[in-house]
Amino acid sequence: MTIVEAEKLNQKGLQKVASNERFTFFGLTLPYLIMVTALIVIPVGWLFYLSFIGRDGSFSFENYERMMKSKAYIRIFITTFKISILTTIICAAIGYPLAYFMSQLSRKWANICMIGVLIPFWTSLLVRTYAWLVLLQKKGLLNNMAIEMGLITEPIKIVHNTTGTLIGMVHIMLPFLILPLYANMRSIDKDTLKAASSLGATPTRAFWTVFFPLSLPGLLAGLLIVFVLCLGFYVTPAILGGGRVIMAAMKISSNIELYFSWGAASALGVVLLVVTGIILFIASKLVSMDQLGNR
Amino acid sequence: MNETSLNISIREVTKKYDQFYALKDVSLEIKSGEFMTLLGPSGSGKTTLLMVLAGFTNPDYGSVKFGDEEVILKPPHLRGIGMVFQNYALFPHMTVEQNVGYPQKLRGVSAAETKRSVEEALNTVKLEGLGHRGINELSGGQRQRVALARAIVFKPKILLMDEPLSALDKKLREEMQIELRQLHDTLNMTTVYVTHDQKEALTMSDRITVINHGELMQLGTPNEIYEHPNNHFIADFIGESSLLPVSIRDGKTSLNGEKIVLAEKAEKDGDYLLVVRPEKAFLADKKVKGANYFSGKLIDSIFQGESQLLVVKLNSNDDGQEVRVRVPNESVTQKALPEVGQTVSIGLKVADSYVVS
Amino acid sequence: MSFLNKNVSETQIRLKDRLWLYIFSYIILFLLIVPSLVVIPMSFSASQYLEFPPREWSLRWYENYFFAWKVENGFNDWMQATWTSVKVAVLTIFVATPVGTMAAYGLVNSNSRLSKILFPIFISPMMVPIILVAIGLFYFFVQFKLVGSIFGLVLGHSLVAMPLVLIIVFSALKNYDMNQEKVARSLGATRFRAFREITLPQIKFSIISASLIAFLTSFDEIIISLFVAGGDNSTITRSMFLALRDQIDPTIAAISTILIVISSGLLIIIQLIGNKENKKD
Ligand SMILES: Nc1ncnc2c1ncn2[C@@H]1O[C@H](COP(=O)(O)OP(=O)(O)O)[C@@H](O)[C@H]1O
Ligand SMILES: [Mg+2]
Repeated sequence: MTIVEAEKLNQKGLQKVASNERFTFFGLTLPYLIMVTALIVIPVGWLFYLSFIGRDGSFSFENYERMMKSKAYIRIFITTFKISILTTIICAAIGYPLAYFMSQLSRKWANICMIGVLIPFWTSLLVRTYAWLVLLQKKGLLNNMAIEMGLITEPIKIVHNTTGTLIGMVHIMLPFLILPLYANMRSIDKDTLKAASSLGATPTRAFWTVFFPLSLPGLLAGLLIVFVLCLGFYVTPAILGGGRVIMAAMKISSNIELYFSWGAASALGVVLLVVTGIILFIASKLVSMDQLGNR
Repeated sequence: MNETSLNISIREVTKKYDQFYALKDVSLEIKSGEFMTLLGPSGSGKTTLLMVLAGFTNPDYGSVKFGDEEVILKPPHLRGIGMVFQNYALFPHMTVEQNVGYPQKLRGVSAAETKRSVEEALNTVKLEGLGHRGINELSGGQRQRVALARAIVFKPKILLMDEPLSALDKKLREEMQIELRQLHDTLNMTTVYVTHDQKEALTMSDRITVINHGELMQLGTPNEIYEHPNNHFIADFIGESSLLPVSIRDGKTSLNGEKIVLAEKAEKDGDYLLVVRPEKAFLADKKVKGANYFSGKLIDSIFQGESQLLVVKLNSNDDGQEVRVRVPNESVTQKALPEVGQTVSIGLKVADSYVVS
Repeated sequence: MSFLNKNVSETQIRLKDRLWLYIFSYIILFLLIVPSLVVIPMSFSASQYLEFPPREWSLRWYENYFFAWKVENGFNDWMQATWTSVKVAVLTIFVATPVGTMAAYGLVNSNSRLSKILFPIFISPMMVPIILVAIGLFYFFVQFKLVGSIFGLVLGHSLVAMPLVLIIVFSALKNYDMNQEKVARSLGATRFRAFREITLPQIKFSIISASLIAFLTSFDEIIISLFVAGGDNSTITRSMFLALRDQIDPTIAAISTILIVISSGLLIIIQLIGNKENKKD
């Protein structure tokens, strides 16, 4: 025997009102969802599928196998990680003191410095890369100045190689590190530092035991954004690397533009996506997603 | 039935968030023209109930009637209620006049009539002549009044207020309590007022509904709630009180083994709490009939302006039951105050002696 | 030098102990801003080669940009590309801004469980390596014959601009008191009217900023354009990139200068708008 529960007062009607309400809000996000689905999820899913299709058109792992066996690909992986890690470390080393400095200024001065961070942020990436090319080339400003000052006699090679790539990438990535880090540092309650020093901590000690740990979420968010963006970087290494620094994104591009090799490009793309995904997943466990988006 | 107000009939309203009941089978009749206060600690479900009345929260089931009309499925904008939020929620991009006139604009009222009614509403809340001000040029108290004017300008039959005074400082708050009550008496709409401040509830209301954990605990006039709390939660929450454990066996009541007499006999044997209101207890130098007496050591004596609060630890009690006694600040009583550390005897009239479960 | 003993922090650190930080920070700020500006004098150089400082001044590279008509096919590549970029960027505003704003509003009002799922999906265009998005779109657009079309470019650029719009409008709505909309509704406004008359006027500056940022994002976008643009519809940044890979054409310095002027102009407008909105609180 089943007991049919009597309908509570207005239960059905209220359920309908509630679901209408939910649908209204969901409906508002629908155009966005459709665009992301149609223009990212499906195309990237398709690449995923392509990466498992061999030359004869059947399912196979040959794209991945070839990639793992090829010295060229291994080198690309190493270069990609090396450049990304170095860029991230240099950005942290430069960006942390700068963000700290800005967070200690009054609002007014900090906002003025902020413009200094934002101008490059909104200047075309291509323009900045081009500017570095001009500055760093053999007869460029930097070499000329160094020679005039007598520091060197022969122009040295600082572009079309790893050094040039790193300089350009650090310049481009620095704002991505500073923005979340600065926002985090601003939100640290200054009284905690006062409290620490009133309890007898030296300034250095107060910094390392109070301020630094509190700034870690912002630092972490910044590091992750920089690292993830570096992994997929294309324009700057392509121009400043002068063909000597080949990162994953460039290989994907040339696979398609030059060799029409969709399988190989897709497989490399999938690896890039998976690595990015893992890092972001770990990141989302450590910092809230909102913070990552906070630029 | 009065033209300016409607009665509200709430039945079995239940709202669950996951497994947690924000409201549990709440049924409540609010009379037409009544000033009803929903009182409860923070998180008890007051706002949720108010939002159900306004139509912003969908309960899982239940019924809300304004007059004879079922409104639970109606969207908020068709319910015709006036509403004042805790933080006022004034529209910062509009002047005072535009804020107050907004409901009239929505109703398609003519410009002349809108102007007249806005002026009237501003007069009612004592803001004459401030119509052209921007919201940022107003003090907290003035903002409060604008929010109120905006809610009453279209003469709603029902006015809902969610802790409208909690952002004001104490003195202004106490003034506004009286003004709000007077406003209600003039306009005579049904008012549902939410607060967690029991003193405010006692000051303003015709009747009070005490809510805790989403459940209705007691409904009554301020006097009934204060003098006859249903249970220890209300006794503790409303006014000050010391709760002393007593046991009733064979109809006889005892506190720590000593017999006491209650105003009314309890229905059943068992363990209860004796409610001792500090202003009802008194220092007893000699024992007369018609009162219960406890003796104890005075452990603290606090000057509070209009009265002196004495904290007494009962003798017979090892873990230190404390009873508070309030002695009014009169020249006679102040002179006779005992010293801290002295043993004192406290009396409580039988008529004031009641227990709660 | 008494000012060196001034306290500069909560923990009584004096300026002289911190001097290194001040100097370091100003150097870094200098290095952040100034390198991009070197293209400005270069663009006025008369020389083929990039010398600094230029020995002779001229406007020849600007002339080259504005008036270099290719005789054989009768149009100016640079101007054509610029025009495409402008068209695409303007259209991107009209796609990304409403779509992103609607989604932000929906997200703010949805329950937290739904928004926890949706938020990562919504910012995925920022998270997925852009090269992957680009080749995915290329493959997809080939099927629909959208490669080389303005429409395809607008879709691709909107995809990158939408998360920025979403984040800007979302945070504006988070700071906004939704109770105002509730009050308006209790006073008799429908939800849509409450949004239009109460919410929209208060977040309009954020929406304007968001649309300017959408414009800039589209205008600066390279990688998607590299794959999706083509034929007559190359964008200016795509043309610059292709030119840069081959040789250092000083015309690019002239174009860069123009781009710097445009983006700093927009940035100043956005900052002014931001100040205006903050001051209202
Ligand atoms: N949207 C919601 N989701 C989950 N829980 C909620 C939500 N709104 C209110 N609650 C919970 O319901 C309870 C009652 O809330 P509320 O009515 O605001 O209390 P009060 O106004 O009495 O302080 C609280 O415990 C609160 O945490
Ligand atoms: Mg509340």
